[in-house]
Amino acid sequence: MSDATMSRTGGAQAPLAISAPVADGLMGSEVRDWITLLKPRVLSLVVYSGVAGLLVAPGVGEMPLVLALAAILCITVAAGAAGAINMWYDRDIDAVMRRTQKRPIPSGRISADGALAYGVLLAVGSVTLMGLATNWLAAAVLAGSILFYVVIYTMWLKRRTPQNIVIGGAAGAFPPLIGWVAVTGSVEALPLVLFAIIFMWTPPHFWALSLWAHQDYQRAGVPMLPVVAGARETRRQVVLYTVLLVPLTLVPWLMGFNSWAYGLAAAVLGANFLRHAWAVWRDAQDAAGVSQTQDMPAKRCFKYSISYLFLLLGALVVDRLWLVA
Amino acid sequence: MTAPLDRPMTKEERAVFDRRRRARNWAILAALMALVVLFFFISTARLLR
Repeated sequence: MSDATMSRTGGAQAPLAISAPVADGLMGSEVRDWITLLKPRVLSLVVYSGVAGLLVAPGVGEMPLVLALAAILCITVAAGAAGAINMWYDRDIDAVMRRTQKRPIPSGRISADGALAYGVLLAVGSVTLMGLATNWLAAAVLAGSILFYVVIYTMWLKRRTPQNIVIGGAAGAFPPLIGWVAVTGSVEALPLVLFAIIFMWTPPHFWALSLWAHQDYQRAGVPMLPVVAGARETRRQVVLYTVLLVPLTLVPWLMGFNSWAYGLAAAVLGANFLRHAWAVWRDAQDAAGVSQTQDMPAKRCFKYSISYLFLLLGALVVDRLWLVA
Repeated sequence: MTAPLDRPMTKEERAVFDRRRRARNWAILAALMALVVLFFFISTARLLR
């Protein structure tokens, strides 16, 4: 779509004129840029949690493999589409943030209109395919997740409130719910608990990162919690949400969906998460809460939070498929 | 989006541009073929269900 930024300067025989950013980007692969628009690094968690929701749903064994794969593909593509539309909308702030200024739109390798069209096409395609392959409730929830991420998070909350991550985190919590609904055609308690777990996991995960990576947001005028409320309050919120998260992860066991083995795994993983969050709170800091250790505990907490969610969902699936069934 | 640069493409840039466009076209073809195959298998699975 970078053709959009090209224009002919003369008649039929005239050579093509190109914009400077396009000229800079010519050496890269265009296909890679289109894939970058889907935020592939974020997709790994989306796929993983979507597969987890699908695998723990009753009746997954009777579902044809191709339909299950189609459901996972739709969840993945829909998340990518939401990411592409997010990049289209945020192209102004992406251009001033060091972490994002090399993205395809701010660097001029892909036109903004092209990215928007691509995102909308993939969103409509994935929702339609989900409806045709599984059921229309799953398609509706999938559409809701895209709209939530694009409209509620990206367009409304992200630039207005430091609680953007809390409510926006719901967008990332949809995949297990969609995976479940794709199999069963109904919304039940366990997928809602999984939704709540990822919802509660997002703030400590992201705010641990934002403690040392908030300068970019400050430069772009995005009201992330450390920018607005300071590092000390952010540390407090990391602990608070982790304290709320850990008991929530025990609910599948307490409700009888999982065995004691899952409960034990959740408790051990949660205790370790609490230890990391506590280290973030107790990090050597000045009066404003700014770290004197280059935010080493926050970096460790962020890394652990990723492993934590992968291991927790893995334990839930293994326990449900092999120990409970 | 950005002002056009008032110079023609060099031969090398043209070659790279063509290569990028060719790669994109192949990628679109592959995606469409994959979609056709997927629709075939989804239809079959739903009919046999």
